[in-house]
Amino acid sequence: MATLTVPTPRKVPVLKNRAVAKLLLLALAAAVLVPPLNAHWGAGAWPHALTVDLSKPLASASNWVIDNRDSHPLFLYFFGYISNAVVLSVRAVYLTLLAAGWAGVTAFGALVAWRVAGLRLAAGTALAFLTCGALGMWVPTMQTLALMVVAVLASVAVGVVLGLAAGLSDRLDRALRPVLDTMQVLPAFAYLLPVVLVFGIGVPAAVLATVVYAAPPMARLTALGLRGADPEVLEAVESLGATPRQRLLTARIPLARKELLLGLNQTIMMALSMAVIASVIGAGGLGDRVYQALASVDVGAALAAGIPIVLLAVVLDRVTAAAGDGTDASERPRTIGRLYALAVTVALALAARLLGALDWPSGATLDITGPVNTAKDWMVDHLYSGVPVVGGTAEWAGHFTTWILDPVRSGLQWLPWWSVLLLVAALAWVIGTWRTALTAVLAMAAIGVLGVWEPSLDTLSQVLAAVAVTLVLGFATGIAAARSDRFERALRPVMDVFQTMPQFVYLIPVVALFGVGRAPAVAASVVYALPAVVRITAQGLRQVDPAALESARSLGASGRQQLWQVQLPLARRSLLLAVNQGVVLVLAVVIIGGLVGGGALGYNVAFGLAQGDLATGLVAGAAIVCLGLMLDRVTQPTERRAKKGA
Amino acid sequence: MRFRTTLTVAAGASALALLTGCGAADMTKQASPFANAQGSKTVTLSVQSWVGAQSNVAVAQYLLEHKIGYRVDTVQVDEVPAWDALSQGRVDAILEDWGHPDQEKRYVTDKKTIAHGGDLGVTGHIGWFVPTYLVKQHPDITDWKNLNKYASLFRTPESGGKGQLMDGSPSYVTNDKALVQNLKLDYQVVFAGSEAAQITQMKQFAKEKKPFLTYWYSPQWLFKKVPMTEVKLPPYKEGCDADLAKITCAYPHTPLQKYLNAGFAKSGGKAAAFLKKFKWTTEDQNEVSLMIAQQKLSPQEAAKKWVDSHPSVWKQWLS
Repeated sequence: MATLTVPTPRKVPVLKNRAVAKLLLLALAAAVLVPPLNAHWGAGAWPHALTVDLSKPLASASNWVIDNRDSHPLFLYFFGYISNAVVLSVRAVYLTLLAAGWAGVTAFGALVAWRVAGLRLAAGTALAFLTCGALGMWVPTMQTLALMVVAVLASVAVGVVLGLAAGLSDRLDRALRPVLDTMQVLPAFAYLLPVVLVFGIGVPAAVLATVVYAAPPMARLTALGLRGADPEVLEAVESLGATPRQRLLTARIPLARKELLLGLNQTIMMALSMAVIASVIGAGGLGDRVYQALASVDVGAALAAGIPIVLLAVVLDRVTAAAGDGTDASERPRTIGRLYALAVTVALALAARLLGALDWPSGATLDITGPVNTAKDWMVDHLYSGVPVVGGTAEWAGHFTTWILDPVRSGLQWLPWWSVLLLVAALAWVIGTWRTALTAVLAMAAIGVLGVWEPSLDTLSQVLAAVAVTLVLGFATGIAAARSDRFERALRPVMDVFQTMPQFVYLIPVVALFGVGRAPAVAASVVYALPAVVRITAQGLRQVDPAALESARSLGASGRQQLWQVQLPLARRSLLLAVNQGVVLVLAVVIIGGLVGGGALGYNVAFGLAQGDLATGLVAGAAIVCLGLMLDRVTQPTERRAKKGA
Repeated sequence: MRFRTTLTVAAGASALALLTGCGAADMTKQASPFANAQGSKTVTLSVQSWVGAQSNVAVAQYLLEHKIGYRVDTVQVDEVPAWDALSQGRVDAILEDWGHPDQEKRYVTDKKTIAHGGDLGVTGHIGWFVPTYLVKQHPDITDWKNLNKYASLFRTPESGGKGQLMDGSPSYVTNDKALVQNLKLDYQVVFAGSEAAQITQMKQFAKEKKPFLTYWYSPQWLFKKVPMTEVKLPPYKEGCDADLAKITCAYPHTPLQKYLNAGFAKSGGKAAAFLKKFKWTTEDQNEVSLMIAQQKLSPQEAAKKWVDSHPSVWKQWLS
């Protein structure tokens, strides 16, 4: 899961005096508008008169669904079939995987990896599968894998259809963009609720929630690939008298191969990250194991189920990335024939079946829970408090809460509501156009209208603090990684683990170290958002024109001067992207913050899900989406929007 | 445009209908795709996030699998969604319910999709607790009237200058915010957000012998690890918790209940009969819970140990 956004070339914006002009105009508008607004609605939090209470309609909608679910044709003849189809296909894949046995599945995985990515990845894949078995997680791994296969296929199908539509029609592209934006910013927890309401808990709901989450990158990249096709090639094809359909199938889609494979890669990664969240609604598999381990506060057991998820993610990421790497598929040597690979798999599976070794041998498992828990306890015992000079983690967390989180929160909540809107408008307008500013202001206003102004500002204060910490750590690490190849190589597996380890696993250690409250919530989101920031920063710095660096060096610039005056300014676009990704990813784990005492919107979403309370959960989810849209507009210059990648 | 969309949807739906064979696809009749993979009868039990519920399920699962010959699937769901799942037949039984009058009315009385499965035998109680080491220093801390005097002891960075009353998972029944307000207590309710977070924090406090005040409940294995004393709130009277705005009383003592899916209760054969008879004591449950949470045995191992040492208890359930 490298980056969620494909950087595209952009002109350097923001002429100084234009920004000043915008601000002056805004100040003028404020001078006219604010006095009457203030007189009418006061200068405190969002005025109550301007809110809409959705709890009644949402509650009655939820009651309607529950009362009609077993009888209404909509459910019997539409949702019922979807649900059936999902259950049947997941079951088919699951039974196939079980029938292949551990030997067959491992062999198949390794051979596929060998074919598309070479010998090293094949060995890695085999090792990964064997580790899953050795951890005693073979059956849950297969359940998760079955779920993933179906969810990814469905996401790809949906994504490609949407992407084709957006890639071929400008109007559809414009119409779809906000939809895709929303699908991605919407915290998964928020739409688990309506999905569960309609489909009930279990696999169908989990698969559908995963598709909503994982289809957008496929759609975006498909559209990007179609639009990016070389016009000259297309013209040539056209001059040969090809029909539009032939043109699409023989030229545009093959030319977009790289984007399509990148889309597949992103979709797989997002689907996997959803596998754990979906366990909350009874999806089974590895996620369920992680979630159940939480109940007995057992980090070791959670880790034993988390490791297979990380391994699956890393293997799938490397293999699909390798498949997408080659520009022309036919040029690469095929190391192993397709039929040959299949034959070896079948032979191995049959051999295992004949030997009666279909299930993972129960003696051959490795119990890591004891040592892991001992290690965690030791760490917590020695870090929590009483460390000489620097104090313990509990103390830091306390200071962080009192000195940073509290002032930021009370500052935001102290601001009159209209001034928050003005501030958002100013930031968004200076960096973008009036359209961006309008979107950002409307998003912020929607939060007020929904009646969750105060908790949203609480969440916003946590997000800002978390992003600040992430950026400080991320930029520093990214700079170090850009300067030392060895450091970057050592860092890569750590980053993979940070990014793909289910957050439920580190929820307990985070609380054990920082206590219950907003500090552990910030810590959890930093862990999740850091890798993307580090990667984008390092990549951006490495791509800085070597000629510029060379000339700086020849002018006698010191290492520090090179960094501050050449590399960082030239990598500005990447750094902005890193900021943006930091914000988006931090926001994505706000809900996890709710589970460790972060309160505010994250807690509300969790509450809604736990109590089946559509009004609380959905409204809080919508507020998170609005915060996301606002922050996205405020942190990204506009020109990017027209060509946003994934 | 709208007409065309409808047409497409209709076409798609009818194509699907043709493919899957006409007729209604009743979502309430679908099992998990992972069930019955080895071709045996399956019972699906819902597990809630606390360890006591895990213990019930572990023992029931062990007996169902080893003495009656069923396969057992477990699904972890929060309390309210579990009711919904039970009504839809996604799970066959909830073994420990702490009282959900709304759900009961909707599903048991009105829709009749859920059947009452009898007492679990354990009585549950929610309350406010302080660690016993704190009571030794301040014996009068166990009365709510004295709580304001000690508010400063319970101050944390999260409680904004007031005392901290720690609440747990969003799925739990709680009146604490209203109680704090109506009893005019100088406290701030801080939601740990999950039981895992709450337990971790309590253990951490206990290790350092720090004062804390928390929403907690019994039966619970943590009492054996961190001894706690309940703070006396104004006594509970029937119906005193009906109006949250005016509530000033403690939580009731609830005999925990079992619920079965109505169809399963009727035609679930031996498994349903067994689950209806399943009834044990608080001590039994705690014994299993402690093995799971403290000795880190897997629920299966803990259940086996308990079953091996208490044959007289479970033999009655099978008769």
